[in-house]
Amino acid sequence: MNKRLSCWLPIGLMLISAPAWAELVVEITKGQADAIPIAIVPFSAPEAGSFDVAQLVSDDLARSGRFKATDRRDMIEQPHTGAAISFDDWRRLNNDYMVVGQVQTSSPDHYNITFELYNVLTRQRLLGFQISANKPGLRLASHQVADMVFEKILGIRGAFATRIAYISVIGALPHKDYRLLVADADGENPHVVMESGEPLMSPAWSPDGQKLAYVSFENRLPSVYVQVLKTGERQRVSARAGVNQAPAWSPDGKKLALTLSTRDGNLDIYVLDLATQALTRITDDPGIDTEPQWSKDGQSLYFTSDRAGGPQIYRVGIEASDKPRRLTFQGSYNARPRLSPDESQLAFVTQEDGGYRIATMDLRGHGEAQVLTKGHFDVSPSFAPNGAEIIYASRDRGRGVLALVSADGRVQERLVSSEGELQEPAWAPF
Amino acid sequence: MKRIVSIALLIAGAALLSGCPKKHNVVEPPTAGTQVPGSSNTTTGTEGASTSGRALGGDAAAAANAMTSGPLAKRIIYFDFDKSEIKPEFADTVSAHARNLTSHPNLKMKLEGNTDERGTREYNIGLGERRAQAVRRALMLQGVAESQLTTVSFGAERPAVEGDDEAAWAQNRRVELVYIQ
Repeated sequence: MNKRLSCWLPIGLMLISAPAWAELVVEITKGQADAIPIAIVPFSAPEAGSFDVAQLVSDDLARSGRFKATDRRDMIEQPHTGAAISFDDWRRLNNDYMVVGQVQTSSPDHYNITFELYNVLTRQRLLGFQISANKPGLRLASHQVADMVFEKILGIRGAFATRIAYISVIGALPHKDYRLLVADADGENPHVVMESGEPLMSPAWSPDGQKLAYVSFENRLPSVYVQVLKTGERQRVSARAGVNQAPAWSPDGKKLALTLSTRDGNLDIYVLDLATQALTRITDDPGIDTEPQWSKDGQSLYFTSDRAGGPQIYRVGIEASDKPRRLTFQGSYNARPRLSPDESQLAFVTQEDGGYRIATMDLRGHGEAQVLTKGHFDVSPSFAPNGAEIIYASRDRGRGVLALVSADGRVQERLVSSEGELQEPAWAPF
Repeated sequence: MKRIVSIALLIAGAALLSGCPKKHNVVEPPTAGTQVPGSSNTTTGTEGASTSGRALGGDAAAAANAMTSGPLAKRIIYFDFDKSEIKPEFADTVSAHARNLTSHPNLKMKLEGNTDERGTREYNIGLGERRAQAVRRALMLQGVAESQLTTVSFGAERPAVEGDDEAAWAQNRRVELVYIQ
């Protein structure tokens, strides 16, 4: 248990992009009644005003809805090591777990975060770790502390140290400003990846988390681009006549599934080999076929089609001659499938009571949908890489916001931006 | 806005600092399916193309007059929810533009399909394309050459008006007829 994790954290995820000013604020809208009480005791700090590691860890865990973080004002003492903990006192305050730690500095830009996780009831030390970081890396290092605590207690890998991509639309008609941003999973630290006076759509992470594919309407025509986050370098990979939409990366990162159209405007799904530019047509139907998503083995695609009237979700093998199989039968509108990381569940948009809402379907079961949200404009679901949560686009008092719901529907949160309409969140892989 | 510019400059890189262009200069792909490197000024916005008509050729002045009044001045066709059929009240508009295009074969038109905000974004691209194609077919049935027409779908991404009620949605479910060079 005394393993040491010693690593220098990256200075910035994208070296040549600058921070955007519109920070996101998280509001928990529906918590979990049986949240686990945990105390994250403020860490000792090298100097006043140092980064508050414990606060961020506490915020992360509380935000998951699975933990209830003890208020600092209710802490009688603030130990920094296990030896200094009076377990009986912490037990009387109903804490099941507690985290103590220290931040030390050995040179001006080198910090060591040492922390320990204890089970208050058994007094057992569950974790003891040290993480090194430079100053800009302290935030990411703190998310990693939260990830380790989350995983140790719940047995689910934490996803606090991950990122999201999303679109922000700012300004009034007729001159809107469209931005593609990448931020930490808690909405902090947003960076502009791409900005345009014409729409940007459908950001999709490469499986290695290094690139984003997206649709841009610059020159008032849709094209699919692939952009490397670190360098900003980008490549236009599809600018065919007609529709160029809905990019989805194959699990090996070598291909993109795309929606393209024939001359008479029939949308079908194609697979583009990024190295050879070879194009393979996957569907061939007069209806709208779009919103592809790969199965984990790279052998089939989930997609939306209105071949039977309204939009429904289908699955088709990428081998020629495979016939699409319909997966959704409840309701008249089921679209934009997204797979959970373990491929056990499909999240999608469904219409219910006139509203568009996020639903999931157990792919191992009998195809019954569970509607998770209650909004009227809930679209664009995307699973967290640990499968525990789904981020989606919603509407709050007429404004586009990002929202989260736990995969079981028990916890809900909103990410509110100080400006702009937020849409199309995409959660990055680990 | 200063910040935006600085972001743009950072991404554009030092090489572009001296003459950062305002517009995108994306090179059109020589043939479909060819990989084309993107322009490097990735964060400056493009300026929207004008939606006003512009006649080409010798009779430009006469055509320009016709376009600012009369049936040719109407360049938006509205649709019912989840529908792509052209309603009878827009038949005259379509016919007027069909006549204009057939009598000026050097004119070209872009049909921009749009939807209201309801539903998923990519599926709405499909619906917008379907509406643009409905207008394209109607024009071609009245003699317009296929080579004069192109379509594009913005789905729900370029609303004409803001708002989340039926009044706003009705104005956003549309195909815009845009004369281009």
